[in-house]
Amino acid sequence: MGKFPLFPEQASTFAPEVDHLLFFLLAVAAFFTLLIFAAIFFFAVRYRRRSHGELPEVQHGAMTLEILWTAIPFGLTMVMFTWGASIYFREARPPDDALQIYVVGKQWMWKIQHMEGKREINELHIPLGRPVKLTMTSEDVIHNFFVPAFRTKQDAVPGKYSTTWFQPTKAGKYHLFCAAYCGTRHSAMTGWVYVMEPRDYANWMRGGESTGSLADDGAKLFQELACVNCHKADNHGRCPSLVGLFGSTVKLSTGGTVKADEAYIRESILQPNAKIVAGYPPAMPTFQGLVTEEGVLQLVEYIKSLGPSPAALGGAR
Amino acid sequence: MASHTRTETLALREQFDTEAQQKDASTLGMWIFLITEIMFFGGLFLAYTVYRRWYADIFAVTSSSLNVYIGAANTLVLLSSSLTMVLAVRAAQLGKRKALVVFLILTLLLGGVFLGVKAYEWNQKYVEHHIPGPDFHFEGVAQQGPAQLFFSLYFAMTGLHALHMVIGAGLLIVLIALAAKGRFSASYMTPVDVVGLYWHFVDIVWIFLFPLLYLIDRHLGR
Amino acid sequence: MTPAVDVERETYLNAGHDLKSWLLTKDHKRIGLLYLFTITLFFFLGGAMATMIRLELMTPQGGLVSSETYNKLFTMHGVAMIFFFLIPSIPAVLGNFFLPMMIGARDLAFPRLNLISWYLLVIGGLFAIFAMLAGGVDTGWTFYTPYSTTYSNSWVIATALGIFVAGFSSILTGLNFIVTVHRMRAPGMTWFRLPLFVWAHYATALIQVLGTPVLAVTIVLLLCERLLHIGIFDPKLGGDPVLFQHMFWFYSHPAVYIMVLPAMGVISELVSTFSRKPIFGYKIVAFSSVAIAVLGFLVWGHHLFVSTQSVYAGMVFSFLSYCVAIPSAIKVFNWTATLYKGSISYATPMLYAFGFVGLFTIGGLTGLFVACLGIDVHVTDTYFVVAHFHYIMVGGAIMAYLGGLHYWWPKMTGRMYPEMWARLSAGIIFLGFNLTFFPQFILGYLGMPRRYHVYPPEFQVLNVMSTAGASVLAVGYLMPMIYFIWSLRYGKVAPDNPWGATGLEWKTASPPPLHNFDETPVVTHAAYDYSTVTGEGIDFG
Repeated sequence: MGKFPLFPEQASTFAPEVDHLLFFLLAVAAFFTLLIFAAIFFFAVRYRRRSHGELPEVQHGAMTLEILWTAIPFGLTMVMFTWGASIYFREARPPDDALQIYVVGKQWMWKIQHMEGKREINELHIPLGRPVKLTMTSEDVIHNFFVPAFRTKQDAVPGKYSTTWFQPTKAGKYHLFCAAYCGTRHSAMTGWVYVMEPRDYANWMRGGESTGSLADDGAKLFQELACVNCHKADNHGRCPSLVGLFGSTVKLSTGGTVKADEAYIRESILQPNAKIVAGYPPAMPTFQGLVTEEGVLQLVEYIKSLGPSPAALGGAR
Repeated sequence: MASHTRTETLALREQFDTEAQQKDASTLGMWIFLITEIMFFGGLFLAYTVYRRWYADIFAVTSSSLNVYIGAANTLVLLSSSLTMVLAVRAAQLGKRKALVVFLILTLLLGGVFLGVKAYEWNQKYVEHHIPGPDFHFEGVAQQGPAQLFFSLYFAMTGLHALHMVIGAGLLIVLIALAAKGRFSASYMTPVDVVGLYWHFVDIVWIFLFPLLYLIDRHLGR
Repeated sequence: MTPAVDVERETYLNAGHDLKSWLLTKDHKRIGLLYLFTITLFFFLGGAMATMIRLELMTPQGGLVSSETYNKLFTMHGVAMIFFFLIPSIPAVLGNFFLPMMIGARDLAFPRLNLISWYLLVIGGLFAIFAMLAGGVDTGWTFYTPYSTTYSNSWVIATALGIFVAGFSSILTGLNFIVTVHRMRAPGMTWFRLPLFVWAHYATALIQVLGTPVLAVTIVLLLCERLLHIGIFDPKLGGDPVLFQHMFWFYSHPAVYIMVLPAMGVISELVSTFSRKPIFGYKIVAFSSVAIAVLGFLVWGHHLFVSTQSVYAGMVFSFLSYCVAIPSAIKVFNWTATLYKGSISYATPMLYAFGFVGLFTIGGLTGLFVACLGIDVHVTDTYFVVAHFHYIMVGGAIMAYLGGLHYWWPKMTGRMYPEMWARLSAGIIFLGFNLTFFPQFILGYLGMPRRYHVYPPEFQVLNVMSTAGASVLAVGYLMPMIYFIWSLRYGKVAPDNPWGATGLEWKTASPPPLHNFDETPVVTHAAYDYSTVTGEGIDFG
């Protein structure tokens, strides 16, 4: 029990930024805490009641003082706001070249799927020095993917995709916690994030049984679930071809349009009649209950592999 | 000033100094209560608005399965009951006991008609399998989930409204009994006043419910 | 000197002795005491759960209770403390007792409604206790969906119903206070002559009346979802679990101002009386209370920064959250400035006031941390937040409640509590509190999530420190329980105005007569005019 840490390790590009902001807030908080404590202490001693009947002079309020101690705190809080908002904004905008990894939370484990096909439970191996973007969902209740060393945190919500991203800066092993109460074994829903040197990461990727990439798995599912019967590549099927779909803008039967991102593809699989492509009948059956969230992610990756690269999406979501 | 040895009457309870003060306080109290009711219904309106936006197409179809003519007729019934309620308040202000009782009874009857029509509408929904639950099925929409959601919100909102009407009916019955016994006069008719406020509020909630549930996007449905 | 004639003066306490005269009372003072009894029960219930939690957290792997039980413990600790202790506490005990007296009224505007409010709290409480005894509820006091609606196998419905019923207690109290302040002020009691305690309770009442109904309808929808599976919060049926969070926090954020505004009102009274000066910047402090109430309705989204709420919404809520901090800061500065050139007494209520200002300052400043988007992403759902809100709710609100209880105890009971024991327990509470909760800030930033039954071993030292502090805090809380009861029989008989305070309540006997004032007073001077009470009060030093 030698070390007594007050801060978690800094293992991502965000970590020092967040810590610097913290120091600023700590400085302001310490200043005002000491100021108030000292003022109270000093006044309480200096102006201690000397005689029972004494009647202090009434101090009428001073508008200048009120304005001063309104404006200065307001100014300081606006600095805090702007600084914090800028970090938050950037935390919501993963770079285009981020390594995409998929996460599915379920009571009480984390299921992680790499694009190349590798799957992990409660562990996430990532390479050093590259931005990593996690696309997450939950199979049941709300969970939350929290890595203190990265200073990042994001809910995994059933029924939708959420994203978080970070760029690791230090090789090592870091705690992964579920930070949204999710039932009996919430505090056991923990794991580790392994940040590896790029060479070690490549080795790790190659090791173990070759399961095929996520997109390969998706291709298999595409056949098994008979999607291929309607979604022919030559656009002569009853349904639109999926080649080049990902990242494009789709015209809908209602006249509106939608960007074909991960969420759109997921919705099309699970609730196909929510949005109908213009010119096509609402003929697609729903696959809700026939495919798991992981299966959906595999199909998403497969469809991505049929079309333009994720860069076409311009880093949205 | 008034002391606590004064005998308490209905019009001047012991915590108040003058009858005017009591009347003012009672009226203000009812207004604040109605504001809390606005917040209460407001939560449901918010949920409905959110899902209406999310599932505009499906909600348009499901809402047009409601009978707009019956809804409109019911709206007229309720508006008329507000008219009779106002006339009852006026009668009370003028000290006209018989007129007060008659108008209160008319208000109660019209409220009963509204509730009866509502019961008929709900029964229609039951027959058509539009009641959320294991028997739910709505023809002609792509997803049953949002369709059921529409009807869940429909029953929650109209149900809550109907509950408030039933409570209002209860209050009216009490008022009728008291009025018949001559408990109100031109100088003391606060209960009639505040129940009137409550009744008008319940009416206004319906004025919002009717367009929200029956009328929006009617031209898009089916 | 002739001995005092042994004729018992009529007070509100001896006007009727049987159970019926208490259970069917219309007297705001007796109702205040009924509430005191009820909420004290829930405080110790919630405290017992806190004790279990802190004991369990001494070791990283737990061992005293199962995870299921632990989850129920923290859930029920939150439910008991928030809905059945903190939300009623100051308004229902001290507000009920003193608001009418402070404005020169004989009672609240609607005394029978006041009694109904108490019964509603009791009935709601019985539902909650039933749920606890029948097996407990494990959703967290926040009841997030879909866990609470679809997955939890615990007594969600009974607990939610209990909170629903208790909510109406709060709404009716708020309604009563608003009408009372508007319509029952004595002649000459203008708005700007009102004690700041009244301003604070008026602002609180606005929140109770506007916010609580939204909680009520949220609970209705939660129950419909759980019982009937209507789909409103279930993604599989097209619903949105995050909608629940928006609706829940729309009330529950303003709720924290229901808990802290009355406390601030108490502090204004204590700081003024024990400095023998009007509060510096009276009007500013009064307006700040209202500003906090209004702004408090606009910040709920700061509980949803990592919930998939839009980034832009997050920015708006962060900005507004900083805005709501400002009026609180203004109050702290004004209270501190009141001490300048005052005549400061160290009587127990003032010690609690000092404690409040210090601890609320820390708690409020840490609010700036969680309002900060970049920091909150890291610290939300960790012990940092737990520490933040306990600094305000316990270091702040409960200290203010105890300070007020000590301050008005002589008026309510006609007895003085033992001053030295009281000062000692105030000190023990201050010490125990800081030992319990300061380590939790560090734990949170280190990354220990909240609602964790087991945790990694490197967090143990700080957890043990926290538990040690909690044992000191527990002692501190037990002491007033004992000596308050002791004082009822053996305490010194209290004079009408032991503190030399201004305020109409001090013009009556201790304890007051049944109808407060024989004649409705006429107010002719400003609030906190100590020239009108020179010579009154016991010399405490």
